[in-house]
Amino acid sequence: MSRLQANRRHSVRFSLNGKPCAGEAEPRTLLTDFLRHHIGVTGTHVGCEHGVCGACTIDIDGQPARACLTLAVQVDGCEVRTVESLAPSPDRLGILQAAFKRNHALQCGFCTAGILMSLDGFLRENPKPDEQAIRDLLTGHLCRCTGYTPIVRAALEAAAEIAGDLSREKSDA
Amino acid sequence: MKPAPFDYVRAEHLDEALEILGQEGSDARVIAGGQSLMPMLNMRLAKPRTLIDIMRLPEFARIERKKATIMVGAGVRQASLLDWPELGRSLRLAALALPWTGHVQTRSRGTVCGSIAHADPSAELPLILCALGGEVHLRSTRRRRRVAARDFFAGMMATTRADDELIEAVSFPADQQRCAFREVARRHGDFAIVACAAVATTAGVRLSIGGVADMPVSRDLPRLDGSALEDALNAFAYELDARDDVHASARYRRDLVRMIGRDLVREVLQ
Repeated sequence: MSRLQANRRHSVRFSLNGKPCAGEAEPRTLLTDFLRHHIGVTGTHVGCEHGVCGACTIDIDGQPARACLTLAVQVDGCEVRTVESLAPSPDRLGILQAAFKRNHALQCGFCTAGILMSLDGFLRENPKPDEQAIRDLLTGHLCRCTGYTPIVRAALEAAAEIAGDLSREKSDA
Repeated sequence: MKPAPFDYVRAEHLDEALEILGQEGSDARVIAGGQSLMPMLNMRLAKPRTLIDIMRLPEFARIERKKATIMVGAGVRQASLLDWPELGRSLRLAALALPWTGHVQTRSRGTVCGSIAHADPSAELPLILCALGGEVHLRSTRRRRRVAARDFFAGMMATTRADDELIEAVSFPADQQRCAFREVARRHGDFAIVACAAVATTAGVRLSIGGVADMPVSRDLPRLDGSALEDALNAFAYELDARDDVHASARYRRDLVRMIGRDLVREVLQ
């Protein structure tokens, strides 16, 4: 058993976007604040802080999760991915991000990081989604700018592009 | 909107968790997936001195069939139950209700037993536990006991769990195929304005309603149709003592109870 005392910082180690990450957190520190303030990875946004808006959605051990409803100490030993993992390099966008840009699927951008992370995991497991499945997934997010329609369009376009890439790879092989 | 300070204990053996709960009682809270408790901590509606994390206890991660019941351990996430290959055959009402429980992004971490422990009157899992006549399995250093769902819920976010007890599992009667579930919410996955479950009984149907009274309420109805069914549903809707709130008026809630109730009773009795 390990008892981590309140008001003291304790070592937390996990994998962040494929690289080892270590820091120190009080037991009450939320994963959102740990990522943003302690690690300095600020792509994950903080909206409602009670799990409703979805802005802080990240990927923990392959599953989408609310970082604001997770304590930093709970992810010790886990694999965490954030929106920073999506772009292949600092000057290029990932397929999903580029589809968002083309389709005006973001305006203020506050909700976007969370939506991208939900969709990224979802498209890996559902390479041929229909519109309803994407709309179901998006019920876990609030976007006050777009009305969701461009987000759905971007997601479908990204899915088609990823499927095309895969089939091209197969035909080249 | 940040939690007050607390000690965090990662239990590696069940005895450790029970001992701390025995010593600290209501000053300690058990955390599993945290999808109900973390909002309470963030809003400082709960300020425990100690948080006991039970998610690394392997014995709690099991879904098991024991004769005619399905046991769901305290560490089983809602997504894991939804993905359980036996679910549609063995626990159809859960297969119908779980897609309404939160969102993909919260079911991935939230546990079945955690939602039961939280006892939100609008939540789907307490509702289906009542609808099926399931049990809550409680454990402390003093004893183990089982409590029927109807005796477990005691009001708005209140249960008959003692301060030193933790939920080790909940059990659902298996193989109830003739059942139906539906709810109305502002947004799919939000807490229900009205949630309704119907389960066939030998004499007729048991109708259970969440989101209206301060806890799920079940009513056994005989086989009824036409105006007799309408009257029974109307009486039930009024007995739930609906209130006006920011989400819906009492009158709208009663309307939903009557309409959804009628549809589900017919569906189950067909």
